[in-house]
Formats: sequence, C-alpha cells, structure tokens
Amino acid sequence: MSLVDSFKIALNALRTNLMRAILTTLGIVIGVASVIILVSVGNGASREVDKQINSLGTNMLVIFAGSSRVMGRSAGAGSDIPLSEGDMQAVRDKVSGVTAIAGQLSDAAAVVRGSANWMTTVSGVHADYTLVRDWPIESGRDIGPSDVRSAARVALIGKTVVKELFAGEDPTGATIRIKNVPFQVVGVLSRKGQSSMGRDQDDAVLIPMTTARNRIVGKSDVQNDQVGNVYAKIDSSADIAVAQEEIESVLRQRRRTGANAEDSFSVRNLAEMMRARTEVLSTLSYLLGATSAISLIVGGIGIMNIMLVSVTERTREIGLRMAVGGRRRDILTQFLVEAVTLCLLGGLIGAIIGVAAAAAIAFAADWPVSVSPQILAMSMGAAAATGIIFGYFPARRAAQLNPIDALRSE
Amino acid sequence: MSRDQLAAVANTGPAAKATALPLLRAVDLKKAYVMGEETVHALDGVSLDIASGEFVAIMGPSGSGKSTMMNLIGALDVPTSGQLFIDGRDIGTLGTDDLAELRNRKIGFVFQQFNLLPRTSALHQVMLPLSYASPPPQDAAQIARKRLEQVGLGNRLGHHPRQLSGGQQQRVAIARALVNNPKILLADEPTGALDSKTSDEIMRLFTGLNRQGITVILVTHEGEIAAWARRRIVFRDGHIIEDVRQVPAWEKVEVPAIADGGMPV
Repeated sequence: MSLVDSFKIALNALRTNLMRAILTTLGIVIGVASVIILVSVGNGASREVDKQINSLGTNMLVIFAGSSRVMGRSAGAGSDIPLSEGDMQAVRDKVSGVTAIAGQLSDAAAVVRGSANWMTTVSGVHADYTLVRDWPIESGRDIGPSDVRSAARVALIGKTVVKELFAGEDPTGATIRIKNVPFQVVGVLSRKGQSSMGRDQDDAVLIPMTTARNRIVGKSDVQNDQVGNVYAKIDSSADIAVAQEEIESVLRQRRRTGANAEDSFSVRNLAEMMRARTEVLSTLSYLLGATSAISLIVGGIGIMNIMLVSVTERTREIGLRMAVGGRRRDILTQFLVEAVTLCLLGGLIGAIIGVAAAAAIAFAADWPVSVSPQILAMSMGAAAATGIIFGYFPARRAAQLNPIDALRSE
Repeated sequence: MSRDQLAAVANTGPAAKATALPLLRAVDLKKAYVMGEETVHALDGVSLDIASGEFVAIMGPSGSGKSTMMNLIGALDVPTSGQLFIDGRDIGTLGTDDLAELRNRKIGFVFQQFNLLPRTSALHQVMLPLSYASPPPQDAAQIARKRLEQVGLGNRLGHHPRQLSGGQQQRVAIARALVNNPKILLADEPTGALDSKTSDEIMRLFTGLNRQGITVILVTHEGEIAAWARRRIVFRDGHIIEDVRQVPAWEKVEVPAIADGGMPV
C-alpha cells in the first residue's frame, strides 16, 4: 500500500472523528504555537538589541573617570580624577586602532526659545562626536573643529527638543537660550531612539566642548581642560580588546598608577556589556523552550492514547485488511501515518495560532517580531516526530494483532 | 485454462503425477490450542483434497473444528502439525508476509457480517485488496467497477454501506473477494445475516461464479445453504465424519441463464 493511500485513509479516519482529533492534538497545538511565539518574539528582541548596540555606536569604547569597581563610580571619595584634554590627546596619539575620539561633558539645563522652555541634557562635545557615536546630522551642519577652538555659541539639537520647542518649524538658524546664553541652532540630529536603558537619546542638545566648559556646566566643578566621558572609535579591522588594553596602559602611564593600584578610570565596551545582558534573555527563552518541549511530550501522550483507542475501535477493520492481504508493515505504516497526520494537523493549527499571536504581540507591544520560515519548518518537524515516536506503540499493537481474533472482535 | 489444468496436461508421465497437487491438500492436519492447563485439539488429523472448480460445503456444530479448518484454508493461521498445501504451497512453511500475499492473491473472503469499511464507497471497498497487491494495478478503479457490475451493483459504485441493503452489502463483499481473481472463494456463513430470499440470491451468485471455474468453499451450519454445494464435508470433534458428493439444489430448481458471469439483479 502506498503512502498516498495510507494518507487518504488517515484523513478519512480523522474526518469521521474530527472533534476528537482536534481535542487530541491540543497539546501539539499549544507546543507548536508556543515555540513559534517564543522564537519569533525572541528573534525580534535580539534584533532590537542589535539595533540598540548599533545606536550606541559600533566599534566604540567609552572611557569614564573613576574606578571601575562600581559602575564607573569610584569607591573612595577623592579618587575621582577627571579625564582631561591631555588624556584624550594621548589616547588619540598613542593607541593605534583609534580612528576618532571625542569627549562629552553633560549637564542638565533648561533650554528656552521665546516663551517655550524645555529641560534637557546639554552636552559639550568635540568635533568628531557625531562620527564616533554614529549619529548623522539630519539637516544643517555639524559642530566643526573651528567651533570648538573659538568656543562658538552654536548648537545641534535632537529630535525631541525640536518637537518641544519648534513644533514643526525648521529650527536651523533660530536662536535658543541655554542658561540665559544665546545659541544659534546650526543643525538637527537624526533620530536615534531609545537607549537600552530606555532613555530618550533624542532629548539632547550638543554644543562645542569649550563653550560648555566656559559657560554652561557648573563652573566650580569644572577644571579647565576637563572633557567628561571620552568616546573612542576603533578601526573596524583592529581588535577592540587590544585597543582597550592599550588605552588602559596609556592612561595608567599618564597618571602614574602603581602596578597594584586601582585605576582611576575605566574603559568600557558598551556593546559587549549589552550582549552579555542579552545572554540572560536567551537563557530565559531556553527555559520557555523547554516548557514547549514538555507540552509536545504531553501532547504526544494524548496522541498515543487516542491512537490506542482508535486501534481498539477498528480491530475488525484491521482484521479485514489483514485478511485481504495487508501485511503487518502495511498496518503499521497506516497507523503511523495516521498519528503523524494527526500531529501535523495540530502543528498546522498551532502554527496559525502562533503566527497570529506573534503578529498580535508585535502590534500591541510595538515590539519587533520576526517569524522565520526555519522555525515554522522546525516546529512542524517536531510535531511530525512526536507523531512517529508516540504513534509507534499503538501502530505496532495494531500490526501485531492476530487476524482471526481481530476479525472475530466486536 | 487454470494452472491446475495446465499442470494436469503437462504431468502425463507416471513420475510427474505424484508431484501434481490438487488446489487444496490437507495431510494429517492438526491444530491444537492451549487454554490454561488444557490443550484443545481443534483439528485432530484431517486429510482432505479439494480440486480446482469444486463447490464444497463444510458443516459441523460449533466446536467441531470447521472454523479452525476455515482459518487454515484461508491462510489466516498455520497448523500445529501436518501439512496444508494451497495451490502448491505448504502454508506451514510460510512467514506472515508470505501468508498475507497468499491471501491477497489466492483467496477471496466473504464473511457473515460482510466486514465492509464504514463511510467508504462500494468502489473503494472493492479496491481495497488491490491496494495491498504488489505492485498495485494502475487501473484499480476500473477493475473494481467491473467486479461490482458482475455482482449487479454497477449503479451503486458511490454508495456507502449504510445506503445499501444487507444483500447488496454482501454483494459488495463478494465483489471485493473476487477483485484479485482468487483461486478460492471462502465464505463463512455468508447468508447468516440475510433473509431467505436474499440468501437465495447470494447462493445463485456463488453458483454462477463456481460455474465459471472458481472454487467455492462454504462454511455453514444450515443444511439448506449446504444443499447448494456439490460436495458436503461434515466435521465433528476435529475429524471429518462425512464427505459426500451430492446433486446441488440449483440443478433441481430453475436457474436463470448466466451471461458473462453476470447475475440477475
């Protein structure tokens, strides 16, 4: 008997007990649906994380002042030696992989335009800052080296600030006041979105580093050549870990840190740290994956149960099939195909539910979800395998029946 | 010309004659079942020849061994000892796959309860044995249709068992039994579930088929049904107690002309 014939018989048998078939496959439905939802949401999440890593700036190292012990803050008071222009200069000159470097000295400040005002983060930056952060200018011009040299009163503003202060108008060329100092808006930064911590990165105003030191950031806190945090872009062909070590050794030399002494700064690879955080996420999804595997096993036991019922109900049919020439393996195949068909039916329903639920989650949570064909194929494969594994025992029982007894059964 | 007839023509020499077997030969056939501590000898040394083209009724009360004999003739079971040759093959030497193939090719079963598949059209019922043939014929539907026409159900191809009368269901079963051109039509109480008029129709059908050359073996406890056969074998306690030739009932009553094997509906 051909597989196609077996499949037709299986469909016919399932059709006559359609409700029972659907209820039986519920475990498979849930298993397949949850696998698809999980993996799709998980894929979307890791894609989102990748996007955030890119928004941090790729191949970028951040140098913070202070000990590396507690999140960039020194444990002991007074050990905070700020990073200076000289430190930045030394890193730029001595570390081979550094292609661009810029400081960022930030402070919260109210920005006023006419009668509107908005509390935002104002950062003094060097000319290469937008390059290092992979943050292109959407309109207008960037802050150039001459702006930094002359401590020009120019500003780049983020999308959120544009929205709050300009309400649809073109801000380029307009004047805003920061801490009562007038600045000319020379450009608008492109949208960067939320940071991994959920902070709105577009709620920002960039001004030249020198201007910030002289006029904006609390003067008493600021030494003459302080640069805040330093962002260094590393050449994509260079080893970022090597660059990190080189930066550390250059700064240790400059600061004459003893061999066993604590560093008064820390160098971070933010992208790495973020990836490490996503490991937790993937551990979680493995756990949930195990849950759906259990669901498939429970579903498989349901399949086995109903197939045993089916074999009992159809004992006479099995006897007849044997009498007219069905071999044991024909009977085995027929019931295996039936179990697999049942599981694939459940898998199909599960896949439809899974894809629909993934789409609903994407819509409701504004969370990117991606359903890959591989996961669809994989989950259907898992459903079919469940059918073979749990269908084998009932099918073998059918095939081992004695034709005489089977024909005589009620 | 059947294989046996061919063999009879070929085996004219005295040496060859010894190897020529009838369609069915039982030699000291025994079948015992162990039930708990007891061993039941359902068949206790049966020897029997049935030639191709015979119409045999096997009779006997329950427990006589006639059902056991039928299971062996149907290659559904193998003997404990002795030999049973079906068309030259000793079934005791065959494995389950070979037995299945033998049933498929040589034997057509007709049961008391018809044993049709539920929710399956007459055409597909009849096609069932063809699907187990190796290789399955390409024109299975065509062959099945012809057989249904032969039993007078050419206009019921798409009907399911529920939509057919008992007699019609049994005809579907007979068409199914015939579809692989078997040597033996083995019928177990084929009229047991039918009224006398329908029984009569079914027995006429068997008679017509037998006249075309097929060997019919009928297992029954009804004398009236056994009367249609040309030979009557009676079992008791695992032995044959009677084996007689008889003039069948259809020669006493008027049988309508049978053209091309077709039976009047």
